[in-house]
Amino acid sequence: MPAGDSNQAATHHAIEATFRIERARLIAGLARMVRNVDRAEELAQDALVVALSEWPRIGVPDNPGAWLMAIAKRRAIDGFRRDKMRERKHQEIARSQDENADGAAAIEAALDDDLGDELLGLIFTACHPILSPDARAALTLKVVGGLTTDEIARAFLSSETAIAQRIVRAKKAIAKARLKFEVPRGAERVARLPSVLEVIYLIFNEGYAATAGDDLVRPGLCLEAQRLGRILAGLMPEDAEVFGLLALMEIQASRHNARTGPDGAVIPLTEQDRARWDHLLIRRGLDALARAEVLGGDGFYVLQAALAACHARARRAADTDWSRIAALYDRLRAVAPSPVVDLNRAIAHSMAFGPDAGLRLLDEIADADTLRDYAPLPAARGDFLFRAGRLAEARSAFAAAASLTRNARERAFLLARAAACEGKP
Amino acid sequence: MRVMVFAKATEASATDGPPSPEALEAFAAMDRFIEELVKAGVFVAGAGLKNGAEAKRIVLDGTRRTVIDGPFAETRELIAGFSIWEVKDMDEALAWAKRAPNPAAGQKSEMEIRPFYEAADLAEFVTPEELAAPRDGERGKLGVA
Repeated sequence: MPAGDSNQAATHHAIEATFRIERARLIAGLARMVRNVDRAEELAQDALVVALSEWPRIGVPDNPGAWLMAIAKRRAIDGFRRDKMRERKHQEIARSQDENADGAAAIEAALDDDLGDELLGLIFTACHPILSPDARAALTLKVVGGLTTDEIARAFLSSETAIAQRIVRAKKAIAKARLKFEVPRGAERVARLPSVLEVIYLIFNEGYAATAGDDLVRPGLCLEAQRLGRILAGLMPEDAEVFGLLALMEIQASRHNARTGPDGAVIPLTEQDRARWDHLLIRRGLDALARAEVLGGDGFYVLQAALAACHARARRAADTDWSRIAALYDRLRAVAPSPVVDLNRAIAHSMAFGPDAGLRLLDEIADADTLRDYAPLPAARGDFLFRAGRLAEARSAFAAAASLTRNARERAFLLARAAACEGKP
Repeated sequence: MRVMVFAKATEASATDGPPSPEALEAFAAMDRFIEELVKAGVFVAGAGLKNGAEAKRIVLDGTRRTVIDGPFAETRELIAGFSIWEVKDMDEALAWAKRAPNPAAGQKSEMEIRPFYEAADLAEFVTPEELAAPRDGERGKLGVA
């Protein structure tokens, strides 16, 4: 490749990197203006094309975001003018443009004022409850995260066609509902925030479920979700649950390097080598949790983060503050009741107050339909019975658990525990 | 990927005394820049470092350890601060770095971006078993493999 070409390629890379930084905010501002995600994406892409031809000559402008937005808005207005069907909107925009003697300066001012708000509006729209969680996740990754359809498909182990269709349908649903790309206020904001947090956590968990051999895009979803969480925390600094979710993700991500063994087997939390935890992320997680607690958070994500923090704070598994964990599960059960929370609560109580406390709580939930055939239930019972010295009962509980699990490694582990009950006097 | 961004010391940053009005303006500009990084979800951690007079160097020569007290002669080799960013690639890191305000207004100063080693980089010369084996643990702490 001649030197000129490689210089040009390097310049293009630099411009594209700058564009990526601005892209989500650009699309957000444009979407609010044209009320159409597709059109906003096209306009942003047009602005990139202009930047690729202009910036090598004029240099990267001081405020690249404002520059790109000015170009894209001009294109949008041209588009409106061509499109007779949108005569009314054309007048609206032309008027607001005329009111501003210096359009670029006005746009620049608007960028400084408002962009955070517009980006938040885009996030809330992409995560609107009229869309399914999967559709919300795909659309958010596309328009806010800047991932390609192919990357999203690989990350969700789906086909590019399926993801593309999901995104098209989501965009159509947004257009049909005439969403305004605004940040909901007051009670509506409170009501809609969970659907945003749910999507970010879904993206995170999808990445966290990836195993070592998976395409690198999959674990990359954790980073993307953390980035979204950090952005959201920057945009909504007064919301406890936002910081709760951020704290939860940072702390869970801190265990990434420690949670699988060389053979790919999952290592339980209490047996992980804690030196391999990412202490920088733990620090960030604990800071975010502290912020959430200052804000008076006691919701689902704050409680989950507080639980994760109990483990993160313990230098050794033996140092874990189980009575605090038990108390947090008591609260979580009130906020987000579920049989799985009940089971974890029983385990926490057994660790804090002894196996009999755990057994008492298990008896309360033993008849829950959702826990029927759920291997962790008899496995926990087996563990409590074993610790209480009731070995014959423990053995049959472990055997029952082993017969319920579909995971070969888990079955071997449970059968070994059953066998250990016989080995003891 | 994670990168560490070093800000190199300048003559001004290496001098003691109360900050000049220019320095205060530079701090404010840096705060605004960091705020941008935070809002973009890029900023992970960072800190400013006290000047060379407070530094100590330890020379390891075989089994011998010699401590040298600061300040040191060559200011420009000193690190005045660092931050850790989470970015998609080096291009993005560069694009952000170019937006950083110059801490030495009107003068020359330098930044350096260094990517972290990640598991994928080590995979070529470390087996998965070695990577997973318990070790003294210090390497794991900053998210390196």
